[in-house]
Amino acid sequence: MAKTSRYRCSLLSLLFVEMASAAEMPLNMTQGVTDISHQVYDLHMTIFYICCAIGLVVFGAMFWAIFHHRKAKGVQPAQFHESTRVEILWTAIPVFILIIMAIPATKTLIAMEDTTDAEVTVLVTGSQWKWHYKYLDYPVEYYSLLATPQKQINNKIAKGENYLLEVDRPLVIPTGKKVRFLTTSDDVIHSWWVPAFAVKKDANPGFINESWAKVNEPGIYRGQCAELCGKDHGFMPVVVVAKEPAEFDAWIKEQADIQAKAKAAEQELLAMNMSMAEAMALGEKTYLGYCAACHQAGGGGLPGAFPALKGSKMATTAEGKAAHIDIVLNGKAGTAMQAFGKQLTMQEIAAVITYERNAWDNNTGDLIQAADIHAAKTGKKE
Amino acid sequence: MSTVTHDHDTAHHGEHHHHAPSGLKRWLYTTNHKDIGTLYLLFALTMFFIGGAMAMVIRAELFQPGLQLVQADFFNQMTTVHGLIMVFGAVMPAFTGLANWLIPMMIGAPDMALPRMNNWSFWILPFAFAILLASLFMEGGGPGFGWTFYAPLSTKYSGDSTALFVFSVHIMGISSIMGAINVIVTIFNLRAPGMTWMKMPLFVWTWLITAYLLIAVMPVLAGTVTMVLTDKYFGTSFFDAAGGGDPVLFQHIFWFFGHPEVYIMILPAFGIVSSIVPTFARKPLFGYASMVYATSSIALLSFLVWAHHMFTTGMPVFAELFFMYCTMLIAVPTGVKVFNWVATMWKGAMTFETPMMFALAFIVLFTIGGFSGLMLAITPADFQYHDTYFVVAHFHYVLVTGAIFSILAAAYYWLPKWTGHMYDETLGQWHFWCSLISVNMLFFPMHFVGLAGMPRRIPDYALQFADFNAFISIGGFAFGLSQLLFVWVLVKCIKGGEKATNQVWEGAEGLEWTLSSPPPYHSFTTPPEVK
Repeated sequence: MAKTSRYRCSLLSLLFVEMASAAEMPLNMTQGVTDISHQVYDLHMTIFYICCAIGLVVFGAMFWAIFHHRKAKGVQPAQFHESTRVEILWTAIPVFILIIMAIPATKTLIAMEDTTDAEVTVLVTGSQWKWHYKYLDYPVEYYSLLATPQKQINNKIAKGENYLLEVDRPLVIPTGKKVRFLTTSDDVIHSWWVPAFAVKKDANPGFINESWAKVNEPGIYRGQCAELCGKDHGFMPVVVVAKEPAEFDAWIKEQADIQAKAKAAEQELLAMNMSMAEAMALGEKTYLGYCAACHQAGGGGLPGAFPALKGSKMATTAEGKAAHIDIVLNGKAGTAMQAFGKQLTMQEIAAVITYERNAWDNNTGDLIQAADIHAAKTGKKE
Repeated sequence: MSTVTHDHDTAHHGEHHHHAPSGLKRWLYTTNHKDIGTLYLLFALTMFFIGGAMAMVIRAELFQPGLQLVQADFFNQMTTVHGLIMVFGAVMPAFTGLANWLIPMMIGAPDMALPRMNNWSFWILPFAFAILLASLFMEGGGPGFGWTFYAPLSTKYSGDSTALFVFSVHIMGISSIMGAINVIVTIFNLRAPGMTWMKMPLFVWTWLITAYLLIAVMPVLAGTVTMVLTDKYFGTSFFDAAGGGDPVLFQHIFWFFGHPEVYIMILPAFGIVSSIVPTFARKPLFGYASMVYATSSIALLSFLVWAHHMFTTGMPVFAELFFMYCTMLIAVPTGVKVFNWVATMWKGAMTFETPMMFALAFIVLFTIGGFSGLMLAITPADFQYHDTYFVVAHFHYVLVTGAIFSILAAAYYWLPKWTGHMYDETLGQWHFWCSLISVNMLFFPMHFVGLAGMPRRIPDYALQFADFNAFISIGGFAFGLSQLLFVWVLVKCIKGGEKATNQVWEGAEGLEWTLSSPPPYHSFTTPPEVK
């Protein structure tokens, strides 16, 4: 994601510049870039106009009465108080309007739920607080994380154009093809939403939901998690890049190659040793990207919610080392601590554990290598 | 209440047993429907300000993009506890308070039928909310999973404050059920001779139906929170797929409670508006019978629409269609109500005192909330609206400018009856106009923010939403401050003011207006004659 930090300014004027830099907000629902999203927009506008028309009649009558039938004008109140005919009339007319409205809504809904004949299928997995995309037809899968730096969120530096709507690795799909999204979750319920596709589907742990989109125009489409999923619910955007089919094919082939090579390289790396400085540098980067949201940048955690690593028994004692590697690899059931074994490379895991055992005065002097992680991983499997 | 009239002369059964203790004990031991009504109303007002203060924290954080005042998890606690307090602490107790004050006076009874249970149902409430509020000060903070507490966020992934949350919801539920039993028993047994079902004031009718809804769904809520508790602490897997459960099951059970709950918070409002509009239009309510039938239909339909809160959970398409049609159908009886109110005003001779102003604002703004509700019923469009600020706008229109405005209208309407003094009309009008303008600044732009794509329950947002959010926050602060005017009106009215007549309002009809202002301690010691 290209991040443009066009606004350089002193901290004092930061707040005002933020306001000025705000992109123009559309006042209506997006029409989107799929046939379905256009239909949804049309339904939205139809029901909106129906409401406006009813509102005009009802409020019109009401305000007419307010202006003309007021005591200050010296009118005498009438005493009529029922009319079965009128009651039937204003029961029947709304029923008729609703039936008219229900017909196109039913058609669109049935079309939206028809996920058959998809050409590309992506498994979308939500977890606190990121998305994982896995192409079922290609050997490609990866995590997609918020790319906005913490410093922008904490108002230390100016906010970029796509603040909170940018990720490190967007989902890429082809245009003109029916792409099916299978949504599920590793932990709590999330909801995968791309407004431009009119797709919003809950990601339920243990179950798989289906939805689909056939995107007409290439472009970058941004959305967010729509279901409250804990602390960083507001910080797990969805970015989808739609490419022409030829471009998509080239991209997916490239990705498959890169991922295959990375797997091979990982094996080679097992034999190599990082220096302490290298491990600490990589570890800090990984820690800030994956761990600091809960355990905090200073390692202090949040009392009662997320345990501190700074000075913790696990991160400072020799006996805690194996448990430390285990918890990072496999997570801790029943807590927000996830298994990072499949999200991070062994080298990254080794580095981040090294970092956690030496940063913030933990000073154990322990240097963990990828081979140690590999040993722990394979030891587990046996 | 500043004045308590002991109506010894009308005590027929020889000795009069009432010896009012003074001070704190009077309120602690009271079994009197007016005292308990007052307690409920003051409690609701207190909770309204506490929940409101949390809304101010939310709006202050959302004033600008970025995290300035609070951290994300505390923000979630604020939205959660704000919702719980406003629903269970402000709106519901306020309606129960009104029921306590008004139902005996409206049906010609001396008191509620079960006065000791009445005392208990109120006095457990402060403990429930003390527990809930105390949980905010626990290590790890209070509940942060939204007032809807979806599993597994509220089970596996929540803090230990969940146990306190569950306990406090249980107490709230017990209180509501006892209040509902009392209302039903009172209405069935204590109506004055001649007051047939179809002569009951609509406020009594709507509360009767509400009470049945409460008894039907509060146990469901109790079951839900209990399952959350056992999933979290006792190894059950109701909502955990790994153990054979289903997280979506939680939502089905919760909303089977939750949707009728929405009508629990609006049906009494319909009763209030149906009392106020005829008074100030000086014309009988149009279509009384159809109002009763419409209220009953809404209550019945409320059990058939719960899954419209869950269109994105991945239901089969036929379930989605069923819930879409049923939800759209609710617009019909609700429409009948609105049409009847307008027909009541038509060719009346209206005046516009504060209660009428709030009632009129209710009709317009509640209807706007109804319109957005109708839009939300359209399932394909709901996929776009769901969990955005459009929904936040929708339910605040029906709950703030709906339920809360009706409660304010009721307070102004019956205050002279309760206290024996007229409230300050100028201040009341100021309160109304400040509230009206600020509440629309607060909630109307949320429709646009939601359509533009801002999800709800987020502490920080993309830059395009900045201007609107700043504007919304200003509206929020203004609305919060405006409510201080109400406290001023209230204090002034309780302390003194122009003496109110028995009828108070020129066009007012109903048994409560035949009593003195303020009414005697035991409203009707001899049943009045209803023709």
